[in-house]
Amino acid sequence: MESMTIGAKYKTTLRDPGTPGVLRMNEERFTFTPNDPRSAMKLNVDFRSIKGLMPFFGEIKVEMRKSCDWLRGEGHKFNKVDGSKPAPPLLNLSKDSDKGGGYMFEFDNVTNRDLSRDFVARVLGKQQGMVPPKPNVLPENSVTTTGEEQLSPEEILRRVKLLQEDSELQKLHRKLVKGNILQEEEFWATRKNILDDETNKVSKQRPGFKSAMLADVRPSADGRTNKVTFSLTTEIIHQIFAEKPAVHRAYLDFVPKKMSEKDFWTKYFRAEYLLRTKNTVAAAAEAAEDEELAIFLKNDDILAKEARLKIKRVDPTLDMEADAGDDYIHLPDHGIIRDGSKETIDNDGELARRTLSQDLNRHAAVVLEGRSSDVELTDTKTVAEALARSKKEPPPSSISDDTNHERLVKVARMTEIEDLQAPQTLPYAPLCIKDPREYFDSQQANALRSLGGANDGRHARNCGLSADDAFDHLLGQISSIKVNGLNYPVVQSDVALKHWTAIQELLRHFWSSYPITTSVLYNKVQRLKDAMTQIYQKLQDMKESAQPDVRHEISQLVKPMTQALDAAFNHDLEQQQKSSKSGNKPNGF
Amino acid sequence: MKFDLDGLTVHFPYAAIYPEQHAYMGELKRALDARGHALLEMPTGTGKTAALISLITSYSLSNPSRPLRLLYCTRTVHEMEKTLAELRLLFAHLPSSASRSLLALGLSSRKNLCVHPKASASAARDSVDTACRRLTASWVRDKAASDPESVPLCDFFESFDRAAAAGDLASYMPPGVYTLADLRALGRDRRICPYFLARQMVKYANVVVYSYQYLIDPKVASIVSREMQKECVVVFDEAHNIDNVCIEALSVSIRKQTLEGAERNLRRISQEIDRFKATDANRLRAEYNRLVDGLAQRGNLPISDTWLANPALPDDILKEAVPGNIRRAEHFLAVLRRLVRFLDGRLDTENVENELPVAFVASIHSQAGIDQKMLRFCYDRLHSLMLTLEITDTDEFMHIQTICDFATLIGTYTQGFSIIIEPYDERMPDIRDPVIQLSCHDASLAIQPVFDRFQTVVITSGTLSPIDLYPRLLNFNPVISRSFTMSLTRDCICPMVLTRGSDQLPVSTKFDMRSDPGVVRNYGRLLLEMASSVPDGIVCFFVSYSYMDGIVNSWNEMGILQDIMQHKLVFIETPDVVETTLALDNYRKACDCGRGAIFFSVARGKVAEGIDFDRHYGRLVIMFGVPFQYTLSRILLARLEYLRETFQIKEGDFLTFDALRQAAQCVGRVIRSKADYGMMIFADKRYSRHDKRSKLPGWILSHLHDAHLNLSTDMALHIAREFLRRMAQPYDKTGSGGNKTLLTEEDLQNMAQDAMEM
Repeated sequence: MESMTIGAKYKTTLRDPGTPGVLRMNEERFTFTPNDPRSAMKLNVDFRSIKGLMPFFGEIKVEMRKSCDWLRGEGHKFNKVDGSKPAPPLLNLSKDSDKGGGYMFEFDNVTNRDLSRDFVARVLGKQQGMVPPKPNVLPENSVTTTGEEQLSPEEILRRVKLLQEDSELQKLHRKLVKGNILQEEEFWATRKNILDDETNKVSKQRPGFKSAMLADVRPSADGRTNKVTFSLTTEIIHQIFAEKPAVHRAYLDFVPKKMSEKDFWTKYFRAEYLLRTKNTVAAAAEAAEDEELAIFLKNDDILAKEARLKIKRVDPTLDMEADAGDDYIHLPDHGIIRDGSKETIDNDGELARRTLSQDLNRHAAVVLEGRSSDVELTDTKTVAEALARSKKEPPPSSISDDTNHERLVKVARMTEIEDLQAPQTLPYAPLCIKDPREYFDSQQANALRSLGGANDGRHARNCGLSADDAFDHLLGQISSIKVNGLNYPVVQSDVALKHWTAIQELLRHFWSSYPITTSVLYNKVQRLKDAMTQIYQKLQDMKESAQPDVRHEISQLVKPMTQALDAAFNHDLEQQQKSSKSGNKPNGF
Repeated sequence: MKFDLDGLTVHFPYAAIYPEQHAYMGELKRALDARGHALLEMPTGTGKTAALISLITSYSLSNPSRPLRLLYCTRTVHEMEKTLAELRLLFAHLPSSASRSLLALGLSSRKNLCVHPKASASAARDSVDTACRRLTASWVRDKAASDPESVPLCDFFESFDRAAAAGDLASYMPPGVYTLADLRALGRDRRICPYFLARQMVKYANVVVYSYQYLIDPKVASIVSREMQKECVVVFDEAHNIDNVCIEALSVSIRKQTLEGAERNLRRISQEIDRFKATDANRLRAEYNRLVDGLAQRGNLPISDTWLANPALPDDILKEAVPGNIRRAEHFLAVLRRLVRFLDGRLDTENVENELPVAFVASIHSQAGIDQKMLRFCYDRLHSLMLTLEITDTDEFMHIQTICDFATLIGTYTQGFSIIIEPYDERMPDIRDPVIQLSCHDASLAIQPVFDRFQTVVITSGTLSPIDLYPRLLNFNPVISRSFTMSLTRDCICPMVLTRGSDQLPVSTKFDMRSDPGVVRNYGRLLLEMASSVPDGIVCFFVSYSYMDGIVNSWNEMGILQDIMQHKLVFIETPDVVETTLALDNYRKACDCGRGAIFFSVARGKVAEGIDFDRHYGRLVIMFGVPFQYTLSRILLARLEYLRETFQIKEGDFLTFDALRQAAQCVGRVIRSKADYGMMIFADKRYSRHDKRSKLPGWILSHLHDAHLNLSTDMALHIAREFLRRMAQPYDKTGSGGNKTLLTEEDLQNMAQDAMEM
């Protein structure tokens, strides 16, 4: 039995400093013994309760003095970061992907983290992906299991990930593989395509940026000391880089050659803090003193350049820039100023007067553009580099888009009157739902909730009832029963449908096993047959236990399944008769 | 489709027609028959433009004696593009003999048309103009003829010049429809300057689409619109703001920077004069002689030398000779110096002053010794001088041109203007920023020449209510003046007046309430609730930039903005045109891809003026507050006084009219056709008052149910959900029973027969 012992810190939350101790892992369970014997943070957990693992980096914390300090002459002395750490390598063992409970360990370095990650991956792979070794297992079985032993940790991780992402697949897997009906290899053999990396990438729905403005990091002050703290995660850093190319460029230029990552972010947030507090005097003073900081305060020249390119490609029906170019009435000093409808904007100097509006527009534009790289966000460096790669790809095509067909189509669509002419089909993007079962389940739950009203199952209990109240309550009960009664068949059919996917899987394996040429296949068919008989029985039970008024519907629903199963059984019977008639035993027997 | 309208065969580019369009065409035809002006209000989203151009085109096709000459004026370049797209659609439906001979083109500035790789690279319009002049001015080309190596020329202009001399410009531009992009593509393709080609071809084109100012603003109009004949039909589309455009065209403001710049300009001019005296004194003498003969010769200038012309000179003045005491360059320069010094002195005031032009001219005469006639000729005299001095970088000389504009205007008009000198902006009283504002109050001054010159001028828009006010403001007599309502297949617009927030407290942008955090929060909650239940695009209009800025910042601090962003992306209009354009483009993309978005915009802003939020680009418009003008503005007060004295229009009435037309304009942008649908929320308690509400256009009022006049956020949300559910149902497009909302060719024939039988 493999085991592993490694030093780590156990953390209850991300912010928790962590309890140092020793992490021991073997194939069944892991234990954590804190260095300090008085600590209550002892752990002894069975791996079977662990559903997933996720390696990641923690957040970077940047702390600094409030600006009022800087304003006092000697302020710049306090510039240094008071207690920031580089992102520590973390490993999260989650108990249940939905509930989010789990164990978080912090390691001294990335290598240790990766070692233990691989170990846990192997263990989990065995847990979730393999038939537990049993004494009565057939020799053929052990051959396949040894085959699985050779699977690389990446392969196992990938399978675990797939199961995590698709709850339906996971259920099927649990039922068939853990129920010892199918073998791991057999189960995955029919799903080679989703295991295949390439196809996986193409079809997978890519998560975009979050709508929330993560880049707008709010400082947290502890109220006691004159200090504000900014917290950063890779997700936030990614968004900052995407929305502010100048910051991105500065990062690539400065880190780690000129300054450490920590210093970089401190400078960045200093600048942000100055902008936020609208402290233009201090901002100007700081910028004059510190040229790196000035970069964050200046207008983003990369953005301006991009804007000039993009403006040539906008929809001509909203091109207000062209409009300004044609406006001879509003020459400088012509027309009416100060009539209250226009406000004079004073632009002073090159220091940015960046406004919230600009940030909002920029943020929305970035979210809309979407994430172009598929790299897992692990640390700042990879984020910065991945973003730089994806930026290089599309060269700005031609400057002149005058003959661009797309623009013409856009204009035409904006002008024509729809209902005066024949309908036309609009282009659409196919809907791509990552986990269909989960999605549709949640949709149905929503629908049920709205049907049943808000008081579904949550009736407030009130003991001192008046007659009126009691009557109301009864009325409510009756109506809710009415609703639930109506819902009942839906729930039933849902159960039946769940069997349907299992039946399909079994049948697919069943039919693919014919003609039976090896004993492996023979064994498989026997196992499949057993499982099918069980399901058949369940369906029958369901039909009989159903209430009379819905029994007909249930049987209608179940009919195609039983028919398909019947066909399989008949086929099996025929084959057996045939083989017994000819006196041939299935191969090898 | 093709149908008969009172004996006129009308070609219409669609398979069906709305009854409103049919009626609209009927009125328009009557106006054309009577050769008079027309004022027509038709709701947005009923295809005004299509109806207009099909009727006018069809009219001249069946009346060969009145060939097609249409000047179609739009407010913005993007509306120009849309109109040209409609024209293209129409031309495709005309009989081929007609469409093969018709030419339609859009005209814009050099900035939008230049294809010269270097000149067009500049970001600002003025610098493109200057860069072009440097390559194409007649003296530059003369110099290049003697020294081709060192003087660069524009190849595009040279080939234009050759073609113009040979008289085969038409071969470069076969009949068809040319948008600005088409013109540029043609220019690149045939290596000819699209700007000058378009300006030259305007004379021969059947339809010219350009911006208002090319007809209204005398500075520009005299260049491009001089040769238009009386027979032209002029259309002002989206003309509800035309009075404001007119008064802006004739208003000038002078600030400290202007005067400083003007002095710099004068020094430079005087250096140039000295240089010419030393090298080429003949040129100055020749100019003097030309001025003795009168300025009318200006018409013979080469096309590339013209620039913004005199702001307001009637034709008869042009034939007069320039007064003797400013004919010599030095004398003129001295006059300008005295004028600048005088203005500088006036600017040094501590109090607000309000004067009429007559008094101002009198004080100039007594203190600076410049009489009215000299003032009136300032602009042309300067123009002539700068040509003589071969100055190409005209954008550098903007300041002295402004001064001359000012002088010419006060020298020409005695009525309808006032001069207001303010030492500071009263919203920022501690910042000294003096300004002399010459503000025009009478919109009819700028547009009068247009009414006089062309026999049919059509003014049309979705919001011209009250329709009887416009003839008074613009001082003309329309033969047809009508307001159309909209026949709807289903109630596809849903206006609501929201007076209370979710906590039942009143909401308003009234001055004393607008910064109340309760109101701010209530407005935020309203938007949040709507964002969570309305699909696709939502547009919000605020009363001003500063108000929008403030409220968005407050929402950001309260966390409401973050909640809103969970539902939709947020885009904002900013004073920067480029950024706003990109934001709009992204907004459309977000709506196209189903992400949904919210656009924050400003009433009276550039977006409210001309961007459509039809179909899924705008399912809901929220107008936060009543967009009143800043009533303490002295300019506005002076204008109101003028309106009261001259047209007997009450101040309150005018302010409400102006605010409500802006509000109606904002919310009217959501409907494009009868198949479209959208909601409009007027979020201010003042809208529930009858005197405000009744100023809204009829087509909105007719859908404003009594039950929707006093809503709170939760009720509005309920109504919105109901409305959206109703709109999602399939319906019969053509309307049911006797209430036809869509007419086919057959219907029209039946109608004609019925009329015959009666």
